[in-house]
Amino acid sequence: MLKKTLLAGLAIGVAMVTTAYAADPIKIVYIGKNTGNPYFDSITGGFEDACKSLGCEFEFVAPATAEATSQIPFIEAQIQRGVNVIAIAPNSPDALNQVLDGAKAKGILVLTVNGDLVGNETHRDATILPVDFTKTGPNQVELMGSMIGYKGDIAILSATTEAPDQNTWIAAMNDTLKNDAKYKDMHLVATVYGDDQPEKSTTEMEALLSNYPNLVGVIAPTTVGIAAAAQVIQSRNLAATVHVTGLGLPSEMRDFVKDGTVSAFQLWSPYNEGWLAAHFAVGVIGGTIKNEVGGTFDVPNLGTITIADKNAMNTQAELTTFDAKNIDDFDF
Amino acid sequence: MSAIQTPATRELPPARPRWQVIVVRPETMTLVLLIAALFGASLLSPYFLDVGYILRSFTLSAEFAIVALVLTMVIIAGEIDLSPAANMALSACLFAFAQQAGVPMPLAIAIGLFAGLVMGAINGIMVIALQIPSIIVTIGTLTLYRGLAQVIAGDKSIRVPDWFIGINTVLIAGIPLTVLIFIVMSIILGVVLSMTIFGRQIYQIGTNEVAARHAGIRSQRIKMSLFLLMGVVSAAAGLMTASRLGSVRYDLGLGGELQMVLMAMLGGTYIFGGRGTILGTFLAAWLLVIVSTGMTVANVPPSVQLVVQGVLLIVSIIATNFIYSRTQR
Amino acid sequence: MTALRNILLRREAGILVMIILFCLAVGTQKPQFLTLDSLRIILLLTPLILIGAMGQMLVVVARHVDLSIGSMLGFSAMVTGMMFKFHPEIWWPVGFLVSIGTGALLGLINGLLVTLFRLPAIIVTLGTLNLYRGLTYIVSNAKQIDRQYVPTALKSMSQTSPIFGIPWIIFISFGVALLTYIFVMHTRVGRQIFALGSNPVAAPLRGVAVTRVTLLVFSISGALSGLAGILYAGRWGFVNPSNTGSGFEFQVIAAVVIGGVSINGGVGTVLGTILGVLLLGCVAAALPLLGIPGTTQSAIYGAVILIALLIDRTVRQQGIKSLTRARA
Repeated sequence: MLKKTLLAGLAIGVAMVTTAYAADPIKIVYIGKNTGNPYFDSITGGFEDACKSLGCEFEFVAPATAEATSQIPFIEAQIQRGVNVIAIAPNSPDALNQVLDGAKAKGILVLTVNGDLVGNETHRDATILPVDFTKTGPNQVELMGSMIGYKGDIAILSATTEAPDQNTWIAAMNDTLKNDAKYKDMHLVATVYGDDQPEKSTTEMEALLSNYPNLVGVIAPTTVGIAAAAQVIQSRNLAATVHVTGLGLPSEMRDFVKDGTVSAFQLWSPYNEGWLAAHFAVGVIGGTIKNEVGGTFDVPNLGTITIADKNAMNTQAELTTFDAKNIDDFDF
Repeated sequence: MSAIQTPATRELPPARPRWQVIVVRPETMTLVLLIAALFGASLLSPYFLDVGYILRSFTLSAEFAIVALVLTMVIIAGEIDLSPAANMALSACLFAFAQQAGVPMPLAIAIGLFAGLVMGAINGIMVIALQIPSIIVTIGTLTLYRGLAQVIAGDKSIRVPDWFIGINTVLIAGIPLTVLIFIVMSIILGVVLSMTIFGRQIYQIGTNEVAARHAGIRSQRIKMSLFLLMGVVSAAAGLMTASRLGSVRYDLGLGGELQMVLMAMLGGTYIFGGRGTILGTFLAAWLLVIVSTGMTVANVPPSVQLVVQGVLLIVSIIATNFIYSRTQR
Repeated sequence: MTALRNILLRREAGILVMIILFCLAVGTQKPQFLTLDSLRIILLLTPLILIGAMGQMLVVVARHVDLSIGSMLGFSAMVTGMMFKFHPEIWWPVGFLVSIGTGALLGLINGLLVTLFRLPAIIVTLGTLNLYRGLTYIVSNAKQIDRQYVPTALKSMSQTSPIFGIPWIIFISFGVALLTYIFVMHTRVGRQIFALGSNPVAAPLRGVAVTRVTLLVFSISGALSGLAGILYAGRWGFVNPSNTGSGFEFQVIAAVVIGGVSINGGVGTVLGTILGVLLLGCVAAALPLLGIPGTTQSAIYGAVILIALLIDRTVRQQGIKSLTRARA
């Protein structure tokens, strides 16, 4: 971590001279989905470290609950505080349109980080997503296939029925299973939704096992779902017959990997999302980065970042796979 | 004007001095807290004291505040309704669903309002005709109404037409329209409650329903009309929220019932009925908005806000009880 | 007295019939619903609710209500989780004492506010619902207690036991129900709760120490929420400041009302409450099996509560009729 910060400090030194060194520091706020969500600690860490080296001011705020409108008072308050950058993990793809427009009208740079306003992209300036989401589906199918010998009945345990990211991935999974001959012996028998609640996800997982006795694998592309699914497998001692994988947090999955319940799962680095967002924001406000589709810029530790269609940026190309060998290297 | 006068059912002790009647009442406490909150919030953050910002922040709670005015009357009549926030969600979902399906807008709005009326009627029938306690009926309908909203809309959000969006940004003499509606509603309901026979009957029902019925007050009819009013006003509030957000999802107004009850309680409405004023709820709505806005703009974490809300509720009810027990003698 | 007994019997028989009909109806669609395996699933869904419902039953019988149980569950679980995390040297079963003790303390505070200031319980516990949740964020610094800190022995309690492999957590919950039964049926204080609830004005005249009994029921409700708190940590493997216990009060109150505990106080049985909990458990377990989307669950819960209320009223009305007929 220290090495990373030092490196970043050196690399950014040049940029700092050219940007606003005498003026007020740039104020960045990140509005999370809700407080107490371990996922955001890591993103916040990336923002904090970046701001330490770039000399910006950073604050993290979040409402108590992740309900669609609970972020609105927080956005209003940040506009009133006169921040320069609002980065947000939106709780709703469209309920925030009006208030975000208000922020943009005041000249605030609005970024969505770790989730986008799907279908309402004009209400923010750019989005920072962890990976190219078109690759998440195929990545997950390949991992599942490698665990079950590319053969047998599998199911998907997702978040809510309308979760936009999960639905993109599930569509890609279906596509991959159907069109890639490598997976012709894998059959997707069901897609169920645990609403990102541990209780409901557990019930759905148990129903899967009971409805489909021939099930050999479950993909849960959501951190709550994969932990619940693994818990069910662990408590019923089914690790040898039913393989669970998906997207999970190393901190929550460590035990399951160590006792063999889950052999491997995937995710990205939330830390890098904060790191990239802060560098992008400071660059855009300082004039060193142009927020245009097709533009490129360099970020320490991440290399060259390209601004893709709809002003979207990714911190890494493909998912990181965690297994017994590397799980202890990650502390988020 | 004295709204807290109890009917003279027994021999009353000599009247208290006039200044005491005016000063020693729960609304005074709310007003004092409101002024204290304004000072506190200004000290907490230099960004707070800005009339435009405070009014804008009030629009975020204005819909709840409007319903809380009617809820105050329901509580004074000795009942309670915990379902209005769920009612807001279901009527807004029905409205949005209908207009998306091609129903003309005026008709879609009518559908939303009518749905609210029906929901109010269901509560009223179960409470009045079937005599099941309102607290438990409305906990049940709270779950049911929001559940139905979820069945209708799933967890998708439904967009509303562009021209319908932004009732909260329409300014009249610098005041957002929803805030103005709240102020006008407060005046109308305040007059109804404190100056009409209907209003006085509400207090009498809440103080002693059996006695009120013996005195010839049609308590069932009055209570039913309050539940119906509650239903329609909640539906209207739901549509206003839809206009503010530009989209409708089943979780619209989630948890709003707590905010509304909090407004009524903080304004000195007595939970067992018979006492309370619209003025109190009016002041309490501003108090709550200022407390939460002040803390949010000062980046006070929501944990502290939850604690402050909880303490405020308990302190206000202790104070209200104390004041009522003193003024009763 | 026999007439009253009959009504109560009929009430519980009614819920039992509802459960059986429901299970058979689901069974015709999905035969695997009528297996031991799914009984295990249902029983594992309900222990926390059952424990919470026993406390809530006592509170409601005493003519109060406790809306803060979810926040008490969350706070106790968080305090216990923090003990596991920061003091792993402490023998883990001490966590039970910590969690139950913390819950009892919070419950006592509710009781004191209700008795000292003569405040309505619904408002007090609405306030402490927010207050305790806020305190949970504050003590935990809004950080989740992750899986690796929760002792494995605690986690395995909700998975197995030496007795036919039936998880400990199921024995604990039914043990709590049994103790509650003995408490209300065979102790003086237990009977006094009913006397207090059926007529708060006359209760002191009959020698009921109203303040002490009220404090007791709220403390029990808190203590049982605390027990549910540590079991939550074991069942789900983590403690989260915002999720843990949120919405618990609605499930528990629904179960208690369905189980025939009268919201007017003075009436309620352990058996009825258990059946109410089981009915909710059956509904929760059947929905995913039938492929009904989770989005309908809340509407179905709401409908079940309202139907239970209507049945309750009809039964009460008939009871009054049969009583008057018997007298005539």
